[in-house]
Amino acid sequence: MAAPLTLLLIVAVTIRAVLFRSSLAELIPERVEVVSPLNAWKRVVEGLALLDLGVSPYAGDVFHETPLIIYFFHFVIDYAEIVFMMADALTAVALYLAVKDYNKTVFRKQKYALEAERYPLDCLELIRTPKEMYYIPLKVAMFYLLNPFTILSCVAKSTCGLNNAVIALFILCTVKGSSLMSAIFLALATYQSIYPLTLFAPALLYLLQRLYIPVNWQRSSFWLFTTQYAFMYLGSLCVMVCLSFFLLSSWDFLSSVYGFILSVPDLTPNIGLFWYFFAEMFEHFRLFFICVFQINVFFYTIPLSIKLKEHPVFLIFMQIAIISIFKSYPTVGDIALYMAFLPAWNHLYRFLRNIFLVSVVLLACSALFPVLWHLWIYAGSANSNFYYAITLLFNVAQILLVSDYFYAYLRREHHLTHGLYLKRKDGSEATLVLK
Amino acid sequence: MGLLSDPNRRRALTKLLTRLNAPICVMCYLAGVAWFMGLAFEPFTLRTYMSENAMGSTMVEERFPAGERALATGREFAAHKKKVGGMPVDWLVKTMQSRGLEVFTQSFTRKLPFPDENKERYMVRGTNVYGILRAPRAPRTEALVLSAPCSEGNNNNQAVGLLLGLAQYFRSQIHWAKDIIFLVNEHDLIGMQAWLEGYHHTNTTGGDWSPLQGRGGSIQAALSLELSSDVITSLDLVLEGLNGQLPNLDLANLFYAFCQKIGVLCTIQGKLQRNDWDTTSGYSHAAQTMMLMVLKQASGRPWGDHGLFLRYHIEAASIRGINSFRQYKTDTTTIGRLLEGMYRKLNNLLERLHQSYFFYLMPSLSRFVSIGYYMPAFGLLAVILLLRALDLWVQLGASPPGTEDGVAGGEQPSSPGVLSILTPVVISHMTGVALYTLPILSQEMAVQHFPVSETEAVVLTAIAIYTAGLALPHNTHRLLQGEGTEEGWRVLKLVALLYLAVLLGCTALINFSLGFILALSLVPIAAFITPHTPKALSAAIMVLLSPGCTLLYCVFLFQELQETPVSLQDGWMLFLSVISQGILDHALYGSLVYPLLALLIYPCWLLLWNILFWK
Repeated sequence: MAAPLTLLLIVAVTIRAVLFRSSLAELIPERVEVVSPLNAWKRVVEGLALLDLGVSPYAGDVFHETPLIIYFFHFVIDYAEIVFMMADALTAVALYLAVKDYNKTVFRKQKYALEAERYPLDCLELIRTPKEMYYIPLKVAMFYLLNPFTILSCVAKSTCGLNNAVIALFILCTVKGSSLMSAIFLALATYQSIYPLTLFAPALLYLLQRLYIPVNWQRSSFWLFTTQYAFMYLGSLCVMVCLSFFLLSSWDFLSSVYGFILSVPDLTPNIGLFWYFFAEMFEHFRLFFICVFQINVFFYTIPLSIKLKEHPVFLIFMQIAIISIFKSYPTVGDIALYMAFLPAWNHLYRFLRNIFLVSVVLLACSALFPVLWHLWIYAGSANSNFYYAITLLFNVAQILLVSDYFYAYLRREHHLTHGLYLKRKDGSEATLVLK
Repeated sequence: MGLLSDPNRRRALTKLLTRLNAPICVMCYLAGVAWFMGLAFEPFTLRTYMSENAMGSTMVEERFPAGERALATGREFAAHKKKVGGMPVDWLVKTMQSRGLEVFTQSFTRKLPFPDENKERYMVRGTNVYGILRAPRAPRTEALVLSAPCSEGNNNNQAVGLLLGLAQYFRSQIHWAKDIIFLVNEHDLIGMQAWLEGYHHTNTTGGDWSPLQGRGGSIQAALSLELSSDVITSLDLVLEGLNGQLPNLDLANLFYAFCQKIGVLCTIQGKLQRNDWDTTSGYSHAAQTMMLMVLKQASGRPWGDHGLFLRYHIEAASIRGINSFRQYKTDTTTIGRLLEGMYRKLNNLLERLHQSYFFYLMPSLSRFVSIGYYMPAFGLLAVILLLRALDLWVQLGASPPGTEDGVAGGEQPSSPGVLSILTPVVISHMTGVALYTLPILSQEMAVQHFPVSETEAVVLTAIAIYTAGLALPHNTHRLLQGEGTEEGWRVLKLVALLYLAVLLGCTALINFSLGFILALSLVPIAAFITPHTPKALSAAIMVLLSPGCTLLYCVFLFQELQETPVSLQDGWMLFLSVISQGILDHALYGSLVYPLLALLIYPCWLLLWNILFWK
């Protein structure tokens, strides 16, 4: 399996290298769909220039990266293209290994369940076979590396690629069961963009499951491990924040990075839901609606964790998707990360209901973004409503996609316990309805 | 959401859509065409009205007195033009200076990719002369442009004369709050392109021009004047610009309002307005006017010198004086008063024209159809593609025995290899790239080996590559070796349908007319083509409805609507020149129609052609 992966990496790197050398490399970083004020490369360069001049990079309102990123690029600025390509490759490899390991676990669990004859007899066709699972890790890597969204994001040198790499490493460490590394990478991801905070719950659930500790409020072992993990997480987060402070010897970065993410002062159009609302809104409602919008991202963690507590990896997928839909400055790079997981849920395909509709809408919207942008900004004949309508549609499609997968996952689990052919009480065939 | 989540209702809906697919598609197509034709029916259209406050309620007086003097200046200009054998730069500079303008010149050279036989030019060298009247009443942050082309022969001398006359008159007035730039451009659009790029510091098409020495504020609006006789019977308004872009409707409203006020006959597409909408001839008149607009817009080329302004977000139109055999004549003084009034109103603008519509069609100068009314016509056509795609999707899902909402349905048979879909897609697009690049690249070689001129070489190479693409399916299949399965073509068709739908949708948003015309011809073949239809008949229909043939019909239709029908022979020559003009427009001004057709639409059509010959 290493050979196809190597080949894939070579292909992916070649595509990116070619695009870096083409005329598109100047066009893509200007696209609002690909870069946001948070992760635009232009801003990183600006921040570095300020740093070199001995001015705080957070002076002015241009730079919103974390201090660690700026010091990281301080050393590798000349190799930026290679760094971004490597970040993508690293993400893909990490996802590949993580999904491979996860599939092994799933398969083992399924074997035990089969031996214990826990599945109803008519569910045999839902059982996953090693043959169909064999190529899933490769497909995941392929979905990430060859996804046009990832490629665009990489060519634009959006630091979103680095954040994705951190999250992928976090997933790998979690799946491998290394709680310390998992906590460190989770802290790093949180440090980068706050929102991955919600991944704490699935990671904890997964590690608990791996150590065979039941989620039970009365058990001391549960509390012990939770405290331990939370301590590791908060400790490393604390170290990072303090390190940032010592690097710049000022707390400017807190308001400039996290304040910027949470209070959404920059209303440049993007593919998210924030800009239009807050551009249209009266100023005195702003605080209230910012709270509503931001809580929206974090809110789903609790019900999803309760519903999916047996399936933490699927919960991670759901959380990443929700973050990338509802975060304040989303870019296509964020979408690429959760889309990479879709092949891992191949077995849900038969339960998906709207996949055709959703994929057509996503496809059409992706094509319409630049067209409507052109009409609005260059031709001047359309206006922001046109662009926002497409943004809205794009996000609705994403939400439908995610909820469709969620429903399909739950439904498969339901069938695995209750049998595939459900009968009503009177003996006729029953169908499941989501209400 | 109930519809999306309740499996029973979904199944009922899907069943309905798949069972009645063909009739629904036919209905949609007919409804789309009917809707479009209905747009020209007066009760369905809206009356134009001035949306811009700054131009609506304010009163201006038109007192321009010096029409005769302007004509004399025009004659003087003509004499100097004849003497110099081109643009009389020195005379123009001197005259403009004497009228109190700040005068500057800009020289430009341009080598066309191949000789333009319509206008007989290859190496173009020229000079633009422009004078700026600085605004006395406001900081000079905004400007208006009045331009007149310096054309070959005896054309447009009166326009230049009137321009100079207006300059002198405007100089003596104190109302101006915006700089007014009087521009005389040589070599029509090439000169205009050079001037606009110089003004905005851009260079999109690799022209070679000297930088501008003087500049006014940001240009708010522009009018281009074409006038070739001392008296005229009517004024024609030309709106269609590059890539089918239109100026804000308020500019047309402004023109119409002043024509009404001053009493000048005004036309659009050379057609007068009629009041008998309830008669057949009245309706067909409106329909013809609208069809002319649609065809002009679809061509994507600038139909007057104003066409390039639109790219820079400047509202612009051309006003063309027409002298026919009508009794009622208008003299130059009146046209001068009309222009004065329009500029006075534009001068009152507080912000860019944005209140009124940008997407519209005009069945007459006082009626318009806005985007909300005409988009459904396109939507009805586009929905056919989606319905067919849905049908195919259901068929693809149903080919393994019955999927009952996910339950049941065994092992999927191995889906057709990605390769069998990817190969036709890639090969079609390679053909498209060849069609796009080769004609210009290979012109020299063609000229050496065949007895044709460069222009003919380019056009004939394009047609040859276009035709050669038809032979592709056989070669594609040789590459594939028995990969063609029943499922294979379905997947390919699904891809082609969705691709076409997205493509046409995007095109229709930017240039409705082009999208609609392409949809009219491509949607039927995309919807009903399968490998099982009778080969010869389907192939003939496909060729007849291919993008190239559509262009041919459009040429004939355009001539027919302009009431200058042509014979088959002439039509064919016109078709060839239209192709060469399309390629030139792309190379010179960056028109997108040729690359769109060559790189995207034609490959898409080839995909459908591939499906027909699927083995």
